[in-house]
This record gives sequence, C-alpha cells and structure tokens, in this order.
Amino acid sequence: MRYGTGSNLRRNLIALAVVSVAYLVLTIFVKNSYYQLILTLVPVWALFGVSWNILSGYGGQLSFGHASFFGIGAYTVTLAVVYWGLSPWLGIPLGMVLGGIAAVLIGTPTFRLRGHYFALSMLAYPLAILYVLQYLGFQEVSIPMHRDNPVAFMEFSEPRVYTLIAVCLLATGVVVSVIIENSRFGLALLAIRQNELAAEAAGINARQWKMRSLIVSGMMAAVAGGFYARVLLVVTPDSVFGMLVSAQAVVVTLFGGVASVWGPLIGAAILVPLAETLQAELGTYLPGIQGVVYGIAIIAIMLVSPDGLFWTIRDRWFRRRTTPPIPVVAVTAAPVRAAAMHTGAPLLQVEKLSRAFGGLKAVSEVSFSIAEGEILGIIGPNGAGKTTLFNVLNGVLPADEGSARLGGQPMLGRKTFEVCRMGVGRTFQVVRSFPRLPVLDNVIVGAYGAGLSDRDAIAAAVRALHQVGLQAQSGVDAGQLTNKQLRLMELARALAGGPRLLLLDETLAGLGREECDSVLTVLADLRRHGMTICIIEHTMHAMMRLADRFVVLDHGRVLASGLPRDVVEDTSVIEAYLGKKWLARQNA
Amino acid sequence: MSFPTTTPGPGRGPPPTIARAAAKVKGFTRRGDVIKCGVPMDLEILVENVLNAVTAGITIGCIYGLMCIGLGLIFGIMRIVNFAQGELLMLGMFASFYLVTGGKVLSFLGPYWGPFIGAICAAPLVFCGGALLHKFLISRVSGLRTAGSLDEGHFGQLIVTLGISLILQNGGQIVFGSTPVAVRTPLSAEAFLVGPVYGGATVFLNKAKLIAFFVAILVAIVLYLTLEYTRLGKALRAAADNPTAATYMGIEVDRAYRIAFGLGAGITAVAGGLMATYISFGPFVGFDYVIIMYSGVVLGGMGSILGAFWGGLTVGFVQQFSALILPPQLQNAAIFVVFLMIVLLRPQGLFGRSAERA
Repeated sequence: MRYGTGSNLRRNLIALAVVSVAYLVLTIFVKNSYYQLILTLVPVWALFGVSWNILSGYGGQLSFGHASFFGIGAYTVTLAVVYWGLSPWLGIPLGMVLGGIAAVLIGTPTFRLRGHYFALSMLAYPLAILYVLQYLGFQEVSIPMHRDNPVAFMEFSEPRVYTLIAVCLLATGVVVSVIIENSRFGLALLAIRQNELAAEAAGINARQWKMRSLIVSGMMAAVAGGFYARVLLVVTPDSVFGMLVSAQAVVVTLFGGVASVWGPLIGAAILVPLAETLQAELGTYLPGIQGVVYGIAIIAIMLVSPDGLFWTIRDRWFRRRTTPPIPVVAVTAAPVRAAAMHTGAPLLQVEKLSRAFGGLKAVSEVSFSIAEGEILGIIGPNGAGKTTLFNVLNGVLPADEGSARLGGQPMLGRKTFEVCRMGVGRTFQVVRSFPRLPVLDNVIVGAYGAGLSDRDAIAAAVRALHQVGLQAQSGVDAGQLTNKQLRLMELARALAGGPRLLLLDETLAGLGREECDSVLTVLADLRRHGMTICIIEHTMHAMMRLADRFVVLDHGRVLASGLPRDVVEDTSVIEAYLGKKWLARQNA
Repeated sequence: MSFPTTTPGPGRGPPPTIARAAAKVKGFTRRGDVIKCGVPMDLEILVENVLNAVTAGITIGCIYGLMCIGLGLIFGIMRIVNFAQGELLMLGMFASFYLVTGGKVLSFLGPYWGPFIGAICAAPLVFCGGALLHKFLISRVSGLRTAGSLDEGHFGQLIVTLGISLILQNGGQIVFGSTPVAVRTPLSAEAFLVGPVYGGATVFLNKAKLIAFFVAILVAIVLYLTLEYTRLGKALRAAADNPTAATYMGIEVDRAYRIAFGLGAGITAVAGGLMATYISFGPFVGFDYVIIMYSGVVLGGMGSILGAFWGGLTVGFVQQFSALILPPQLQNAAIFVVFLMIVLLRPQGLFGRSAERA
C-alpha cells in the first residue's frame, strides 16, 4: 500500500460494509417483484461500472466497447448451462477467465492506439461479435431450469437471494477497486492518464499497466454479465453486446463520478431505478424513453459537473482535509558516488547517431561522450536537433543509425521506461507533470518506475524533494505549482529513480534571473554529489557557469565541442548560434 | 402506405434474375470444386456477380464517400469526435421522407424527381439542426474551450455526442415510430441492363442508386470547390485546423465552427436522403453507418476532404465484394473487421498524412 492510504482504505471498507448492509435491509421491505428485480440489477450495473472505471476512469483509456466482456460473460454462462449442463456457479468463473483472455486478445493490438482511436476501435469489437452471434444462430438463448437441484444451478424461489449475491459480487469488485486505487497500480494508472510520456520517462511500463487494468476490468465485467444472464434467464446479442450496454457502463460511472470507487455505485443507484421505472410507466406510450433519459443525464452531467456527482458533492460539502504531513522518513543524504571527476571512463558514449524525419536530418552522425560526474551542455539554435537527440537517447523515438552506450550497455532499441530503468532520468522542454496528483505522488511515480518497494519509494521521493528544496510543497497538487517549482518537481521525479545520468531539456526556460540562480544552485549541488548531467539550455550566462564542456549542434550536426571558453570563441559557433553581439558583450 | 404489387419495395431483395444468380453462386461457393471443373455456366455467373459488385461498389461507394465527407469535416478537420453522426444521417433520411413521402411537401415534384430534390432539401434542415447542436452543446466541449487541455476535450466530446446519439435514436423512436419506412420512388425497382458483356453476363444498374450516385458526386464537387476556393471555405478550414491562430487572423472562430459543423451535418444528411431512396430505415439505422463513416475517414486520412471521399468509396467496395463471399449477416461484421485492420495497421490512413504525433 502507498503512503498515507491506510486510513483511506479503512474508511472505504467501513463505508462499503455499511452501505451493503443498509441496502440488504432495504430489500427486506420491498415486496413487489418488479422492484425486487430492479434492486438486483442496480449492483450488477454498478459492478459493470466499477470494471469500466478501472480501465477508463483511473487509466484514462476510454472504452466504448465494454459490452464485449459483459456479453462474453453472459453468453458463457448461458451456453454452458444449455450445452454442458454446467451450473452458473461454475459458469461465472469460467466467463471470468474467458473475459480475461478476451482482454488480452483485444488489448494486444488495440493498446497500440491512443485517445479517440482507442475508443473507436473498442467500439467495433462488441458489434463484430454481435453480428457473428446472430449469424451463428444465437439470437435468443434462454437458460433452462433445473427443478431437481435448484440451488446447485443458482435457482432460488426467494428473489432476495439474487440481490444478496449481486451485493456480494459488487462488494468484491469494490474491494478490488479500492486496493488498486491505493496501490502503485492505481498511481501508475493515474499517472498514465495524466501524461503517458512522462510516466514512461519515469520508468512506468505504461503498456503493461494498461493491459493489467484491462484484464482486471474485463474479468469483472464478465462476472457482471454472467450474473445478469442468470438473473434475466435469457440473452440476446443486442441485450448483452449492444451499444446501450456499453453506454450503461460509461453512463453510470460518469454520472456518479469518474475515477472514484463510489462513482459507479452512486450512478447506478440513481439512474437504473429511474430508467427502469420510466420504461415501465411510460414505455408503452413512449418507447425508448430510457435511452432519452440516459442521453439527457450524461449530457447534463458533462456540462454541469464533468467529473461526476461524487466529486462535485465532495468539493462542495466535504472540503479536502489539510494536506497530509510528509511522512517521517530518515532523510539520508543521497549516496555519494565515487567522484571520478572528469577522468573516469565515459558514462555515456554516443557514436554517429542519426535520425531523419522524411528528408529532414534532425540528428546527423552525432558523436560525443560524457564522463562520470561531468556536466555537459548541449547548445545550438532552435531546430538544431537537441530535443530530438534526447528523444532518441531515451527511447521516445527510434534511431536510424548509430549507437549509444550507458556504462557500456547499449541504450538504443529499448523502450522509454527501460532506458529509465537503466538509470537515465529525463525532464522535458515543456514540463510534463501529473497535474491532479500531489507533488509527493508525482515524485513517487519516479521511484516506483525504478522498481522500488513502497517503503523505499517513499524514502527516495522524500530525499529527492529535499534535494531540490520542495519538501514544503509535498502535499500540494502539481497543478498549483509555479513554473520554477514545476521544473524542480520534474527534476525530483527524475532523481527519485536514482539515475546515473540526467537528461535535462531546457530546465531554465522561462525562469527569471533569481529563479534561474536557485535552480542552478540545486544543479551544482547535484554535481557535488557526483551526478552526471547532460543539459540542453539557451541561457548562455547560466551555461557558462554550470557546464564543464559544450557540444554545439547545428542542423543536426556537431558543430563544435570542447571547453566552454574555447567553444564560445569558435567563429563557426558565433556565426551559427551566438552572434557577434554576444561575444562583444562578453568581452566588454 | 402500400406499394403497388408489381413493384417490390426498396430493400426487399434483388430482382429475380439476380436472386437466381445469387442462388447459383451460393452453390458455387459451397461446392468449391467448380473452378477446377471449369463449368462455363458458373464462370459466367461469377463474372456477372463480380461486374455487378463493381458497379454497385462504385455507386454505393460514392454515396458513402459523400457521407464520409460530412464526418471528415467534423472529425477529420475539426477533430471533434462525433458519435451522433449516424443520427444526423438518420435525420437526413427522415427529413427527406417527410418532405417527399410522409408529409408530401414535395410530392408535386412527382416520384421521379421528388426523392432526389428531397434529399438535397434535407441538407438545410439538418444544417440548422447541426448548427444548433453545436451552438448549445458541442461548442462547450470543443474548439477554443478545450484547445490545449489534457486530452483536447475528446473525453467530453465522446460523452456529449453519445448522449445526443442516444436522445436522437430513442427520441426518434418516439417521434417517428419504429416501423421501417422508405422514400417511395419507382426508380428503386427499375434497372438499366447493360450487356450481355461477357458471354452473356448482364450488369444491372439500379436507377435510384445511379441517380443518387450522380447527385452525390455533384454535391461532393460543389462542396469541394466551396471549401477550396471561396473565402468562407478558407476561413472554415483555417478555424478548424488551428482555432487559436485563426482567432489572431481575425476569423470569428465560433461562427466558423458552427457553420463547419452544420455543413458536416448537412452533407451527411444529403447522403442519408439519397440512401433513403433505396433502403428502408428506422430510427436506429444510423448506428450501422457510424462505423462505415469512421472507417472511411480514417482510411482516407484525417484532415483531407478528398481522402474521406476515397475512403468512403473504398469501404463501399469492400462491402459489396464481401457480399460475394459472405452471408448477409456477416457483411457488417466484415466492415468492423476492416475498420479494426485499418486503425491498427495504418492509423494515418491510406492516402493521408500522419494522424497522431508521438
């Protein structure tokens, strides 16, 4: 469990127990069998919403095709009874397994896509399955009754038993969801949702976490679907794979509160009875009134409170308590590396690295090396290929040719998170933060990325915050930081993984003179502790003070390299980048 | 409303000759060994079917192309994920239906011209509907308001347009009823016969589809010229491409967006009106075509109007050819599979530029 989540976890579980018991007590007083059915369906749809929430709420991977998993569960349970005489007690777990397998099969190709491409592709799966089932002749399949041994086939004369089972299933789903939310799994998903590239650069294997969330989500949705089929006793492709089914998961979750454990429950508790009652009362005169109500509900909620009821209510009436204090962890100084200043074997060795975009050679046969404990400044005009060089080095872009070795290990051809785990920390030209996470969590992401245990991750994060001087802001959401603080936080996130080499992309950009000086102090401090840094920067006065050596890039090529004083007097560098005025001012 | 007994209703199956041919093809594919035997009769039917698939692919494909241009404006250029595009198509169909067959506003034009004029008249109606939708709902989750936000507002757009789609589908069921209807024209049951071209193979050109095809091409050309060469068109493209920059250039972006969205809606509505002459439809018809439209736009490459047209044409071809080998229930599944293959293998489209930057 993550730091500070213990109390959160306990509170959620107590609330869950209270709500479940209250709900079951309520069912005792309901006599009308139609309302009893609605009471059974509310937890089922809530469970479906919880499953959608894990993938799309926390992870931000919007899925419009969650009916795939729901339907697979429903058809598995139904067909298992019909063809094998397999009890739903076993059919539901079987459906769960198949849901997980379907998640792998669907996720493997589809996670190559992002954003709306992902959402649209997910939509196509249930519809394709729907047509195939229609073709195969499973238009309407009903579950046969087994009067001789009803309990073994999940048949009960007392309808409240179904409600009990539904509540138990939902409670299990909520517990899974709470555990995910409060573990590194949840933090990884939240980080991916807010900034996937930053999460990758901090060592998070985004694809793996997304796949895990889809598997958990798919299994849970299949359970919901399987039980739904058992309750309704009949399945049709439209009723379990249809568009309205996928929409149901989206609607209850968004209405109730996205990325919150309680959101789907709140949404289902309000919308399902509302829609069912309307359908029953008005359905004969106004067929489709259910869909209209859902449509109006989600549009209204999107415009009025885009994150859902839960968050709006919480923000309005339950002010967030004061930020949790920073955990008491013995702040040890960063381990001082053997300071092999300027003399040791090169830590980073780049040879003839090239990368072209179409006809444009953004990086062309670039070679340089960085010694352990050195600060190398990379300078050059805009468009010289500096950021592209970093992107190639840390695996955001593949290289066309050349090699790069970190301590003798090849770096190229690895994914971004793998490069990070080799010990390469990275910051970005435009800060990539996780704006809705507190600073401490932002930094912990970096520590988790390096594979640290919960305890060590907190210690590493706290230490990194001390190193950059942000300990006072640890509880503040990153979205509220100033530009300088954001830059420092990004630096801390890179440091938390315990890197051997830092790639800093214009860390001083947009900072005032004084802010610039304080960041420089932090960097100088890091160097004193033996950190190796490669920094891109335009602020020449700062670079002259900071860097041990310069590499000048122009049009993708190395124009010059060497000691700062020599480089800035090189006439080709003055012509390409610095300009004569600069030299005159320096000499004045 | 009842059809004259001599004219089979639109969408009620092919004329008897084709049915006969189709029956033979079924046997042909089932036996599978016919190619080796080289029975000339079956070969002739194969040729006839392929030729008919080609002509149907071209005519239907161009109508799909027009439909895709509408989404291409909204999704390809403005980058608004519009789930309700299929419902705009449905509204176009019903607008045309009420103008021509149901409300008889245009019945004075007769059963030959009326349906096609009706399809074109659907455009301004749905244009207004689209512009209003944009003004009151979609503008709140797109454009300048969300430029530069976490996911550029796609989350909100998907949800809001999904809501619109649900309301229009189900509201359509309340208003229009769920019995399928069709725009009546005798042309949908008449065909030009071309041939025999190859040893007796005859090509059927359904008259309704053929005229719809010409209207679709005409509308597409007019729209293309408007967007490419007029001041309005340039302003629309600029505003859609980069709202912030367009604002600095003195373009009234909100208005431009409204018009562009309305145009996208109207164009798709024309395609809907044209399709209404040869298929029967209900309030839920839009859903079958949403994926076709997205396939076409993605296939053609985001941001390109011509690309969207070619994409739609290609999808039409795929659909007609899949009819040769697949049972009818699986034809829609085939389109979904093609769509998945396109987005997975070539998300930048066959003809277009890169769709997404890393």
